[in-house]
Amino acid sequence: MTDAALPRRQPFALRFPSVMIFLAILALFTVGVTILSEGFGIGVISTSFIKTLGKTLCLCLVALAMDLVWGYCGILSLGHMAFFGLGGYAIGMWLMYARTEIIVLESLAAAELPPTPEEVSNGIATQIFGVVGSSEFPPIWAFAHSLPLQLAAVVIVPGLLALVFGWLAFRSRVTGVYLSILTQAMTLALSLHLFQNDSGLRGNNGLSGLQNLPGLDDVPQATVSLWFFWASALALGLGYVLCAWIVSGKFGSVIRAIRDDEARVRFLGYPVEAFKLVIFTLTAVIAGIAGALYYPQAGIINPAEIAPIASIYLAVWVAIGGRGRLYGAVIGAAFVSLVSTWFTGGQAPDINLGVYTISWVDWWTVLLGLSFVAVTLYAPKGIGGLIDLITERKSPNRHGASLGPDQGSLREQEAEK
Amino acid sequence: MLRFAATLLACLTLSLPASSQQADAPIQQLLQSQSDLIVESSRRTIGPAIDALANSGLPAAQVVLDKWQLREMWVNTETGLFVYAEEVDRDTLRIFDFADGSLIGEVPDDGFEQLKPNSGIRGLIGTALVQFQLSDPDPATRQRALDAIERGAEESHLAALRASLPKETDPQILARKQRLERLLTIAYGATDAERIEAIQSFDGDLGVDVRAALNPLLAVRVEAAEALPADADIGRVLEPGSAALSRDDAYALLVAANLAKPRISVEDQRNALIANIADGQVAGIQVATLDSQEARDMAYAALAEQGTVTAVATEAEVDQRLANHVFFERYVGAPPEVVFAAQAALNAIENKVAINQMFDLSLDALSLASIYFLAAIGLAITFGVMGVINMAHGEFIMMGAYTGYVVQLFIPDYTLSILVAIPLAFAVTFGAGVAMERLVIRWLYHRPLETLLATFGISIALQQIAKNIFGTQARPLTAPGWLDGSLVINDIVSISYIRIAIFVLALLFLALFLFVMNRTRLGLEVRAVTQNPRMAASMGINPDKINMLTFGFGSGIAGIAGVAIGLYAKVTSEMGSDYIVQSFMTVVVGGVGNIWGTLLGATMVGFLQKGIEWFNPSNTLAAQTYMILFIILFIQFRPKGIIALKGRAAEA
Repeated sequence: MTDAALPRRQPFALRFPSVMIFLAILALFTVGVTILSEGFGIGVISTSFIKTLGKTLCLCLVALAMDLVWGYCGILSLGHMAFFGLGGYAIGMWLMYARTEIIVLESLAAAELPPTPEEVSNGIATQIFGVVGSSEFPPIWAFAHSLPLQLAAVVIVPGLLALVFGWLAFRSRVTGVYLSILTQAMTLALSLHLFQNDSGLRGNNGLSGLQNLPGLDDVPQATVSLWFFWASALALGLGYVLCAWIVSGKFGSVIRAIRDDEARVRFLGYPVEAFKLVIFTLTAVIAGIAGALYYPQAGIINPAEIAPIASIYLAVWVAIGGRGRLYGAVIGAAFVSLVSTWFTGGQAPDINLGVYTISWVDWWTVLLGLSFVAVTLYAPKGIGGLIDLITERKSPNRHGASLGPDQGSLREQEAEK
Repeated sequence: MLRFAATLLACLTLSLPASSQQADAPIQQLLQSQSDLIVESSRRTIGPAIDALANSGLPAAQVVLDKWQLREMWVNTETGLFVYAEEVDRDTLRIFDFADGSLIGEVPDDGFEQLKPNSGIRGLIGTALVQFQLSDPDPATRQRALDAIERGAEESHLAALRASLPKETDPQILARKQRLERLLTIAYGATDAERIEAIQSFDGDLGVDVRAALNPLLAVRVEAAEALPADADIGRVLEPGSAALSRDDAYALLVAANLAKPRISVEDQRNALIANIADGQVAGIQVATLDSQEARDMAYAALAEQGTVTAVATEAEVDQRLANHVFFERYVGAPPEVVFAAQAALNAIENKVAINQMFDLSLDALSLASIYFLAAIGLAITFGVMGVINMAHGEFIMMGAYTGYVVQLFIPDYTLSILVAIPLAFAVTFGAGVAMERLVIRWLYHRPLETLLATFGISIALQQIAKNIFGTQARPLTAPGWLDGSLVINDIVSISYIRIAIFVLALLFLALFLFVMNRTRLGLEVRAVTQNPRMAASMGINPDKINMLTFGFGSGIAGIAGVAIGLYAKVTSEMGSDYIVQSFMTVVVGGVGNIWGTLLGATMVGFLQKGIEWFNPSNTLAAQTYMILFIILFIQFRPKGIIALKGRAAEA
């Protein structure tokens, strides 16, 4: 077949209408929420709910990363919430440092002598590490004073960890469930490490007060929450486009092939490990960015957020939403996390069975676990599978495949003319 | 009216014999001579009075000290004579003479004052009493006296102890006394030779008391001098800025010895500067410019030149002073010869202690390994043999433990309840395992990742159900009384019986596993089905049934492990998830599909964790972190575990 016979590549947007639809929905949603918000609109939606929505968008972003690594590449990573948390810690360090610095400078300004740099540094360290009985900065806080460096850390720390871990794991051909258990072990090790008081990140106290942006105390939380909401929506939109672009091309085909039959791809001459490593690291970076946007809205981060169970929930979201399709991950994360908030927030009405009252605060997790089993068993496509019911009614787009058995039968280009 | 009459009667009848007290008895004379000190009684001044009594050699002295300590000694405010008394009622005393213990009579307490020694004085009296108690006919009293000496030894005890040795008849107490005598000789022996001999007699003794007796002898004082003196009692030379002697401490030593100018702390310097602010300036320097340590040093130096504040040493001077002096330790606990003997004995003891600690640590590690083995053995069946990833395995452990807890609610006898709980836990988790296999896992045999996810869902649900039923607080699973306490081998090596029981249980499970897999028809069929299900099916084995039973068997063992782990730790809804990662690690490290591998894996993980804990005893979290990291690295080098299956079994 000559080059001329190849179908002309359509623009990215037309080949993947779902991306355009998704972006349109996201934009509409963002504008809608802004109009209804307290900060810039008519105030129907409370600031705390804006934060919940903003956090949900971040969770959608990390679910997107999870879908890319699991749904497309077949690596069931139970470590992506750890990368998410690392991103949160990285930005949290700057937020906490900068804010404490302002407070300390204010309190020292009243002193008779202008403060020396040592006094300022000691003051900040005492404020931050007093709870763990220390008054010195651990070495990992060396860059906490600088926003650009900490922003770089949001990307570099999870990326580097994923790179090293992934390199070690993929190199020794750890695959499938073994890899899952190994990533879970990594997550457990990380959270246990952070739980120690001398880890330098305040042990199980975690970092707190992250919702206050340093130097912007005058700006009300209603406004700040919207800023973060917009940033989260933007990040999700960009992340979606990036993921869609990655999975659309030849690269995407290779990683899907790795998911389906790793050995065959290797025999075809592709460096499987390199592909996996790229995806693993890239998704870790996306997770880190999502975490950096999430935790300033949550206000507090502690090692419990990194515990393996969080990563398992992430897999649950993606599975319920439908893995192997990007919008599935977003739907799953949004749906499950919002419903979880609704159930565990005590808003769901209790069910009175006469003998026993089912209180959803207690029983929601049971329902979630069992529905997860049900989805795995009976609906592997998840909620996203519902969309297939619509698309399957349309005639399939054959992407240049042969329309019939004969050599001389009409090809797609002709058929579409 | 009646009461008044009674009192009057008492006075009339009993006041008469009061005069019969022997005022000239030796003990009374002694008391009179110390009367001022005794009545005044303060902890600082009372010493000589107690010593006089204790060393008087009078038989009545013990009675005096005894009664005094018990606050039963009274003094007659008129005559100044001492008596001891019992309070008959609120204002009547029955008084006795110290000289012969005879009853003097019952008198109103108006004329008497009770001596109320405070706790400090009572302690001193107690110490003095020891020498009498050491020869007391009652063995229990002698034991108590020895206890008192062990708690707070004094120089005077040595002589008393030695004096009491020949009279001792009880061999056990005699041995104790002799040991104590040697310990006291180390501390208070009259001659160095005597002390060294006592020290050497303890060679290799692991007792904590020996180390407690030797350590004070090695006490040192850090001193500074221009040049190292040639005295014999000089210990090691210290380098300022090293771990043993910080730079600041070294300089503080020089300052204290008047060998150097004092330094000033940042705080004091700031306060001094603040105190000398005038017109926004300190010594002519603008206050606003004092925002660095160098600027403040300069301002302070300027103030010192003006004579407003005392000059302090600059950093350069500090360095120079430190360089010009040598710092060393001087032994102050004992003469050099004794110190060296003590050092040698202590070194020998420490070596022996280290070996014993190593042994103790190994026992700990072994018991931890057996816990991991117990937690992992069920997995070795479901995961190792069948290849099913059961993330709810930890929850089966939890179910077993809660079964034990519920059984104990109904059967209060701990021994019986454990005996009931073990088969019941097996039954419960066997049923749960079979149900899970039938309902979920059977459909997912060829999709391992989804098995992992589905079992995660079950794990989350089971955990929450347990939380809903039993609450979030830890529930006790009490071990039978005969498992309390521990097997003490010596002062360092000991292991609790419950750990031994868990170890034995682990061995039993290993035997059970080997027996079932290698000696029963079920085991044969299991091995056949796991190697080649279709071939097994054509031989008349029902693979579905075998898979179900195998999974149930693995889950049932997890239930029994739950009872054992519950005895050792608390029962909570999260106890399963505490073990699940380590259990999988154990199986993976050991090598999937091989029980000996699991055993080796558990041993390695247990020893590793204890080993890491030994380096950093305060931090078990760190130990777990490093252990997991180590395992991740280990899998790099042996991806198939310690014992890798070969041949056909590996492909199955």
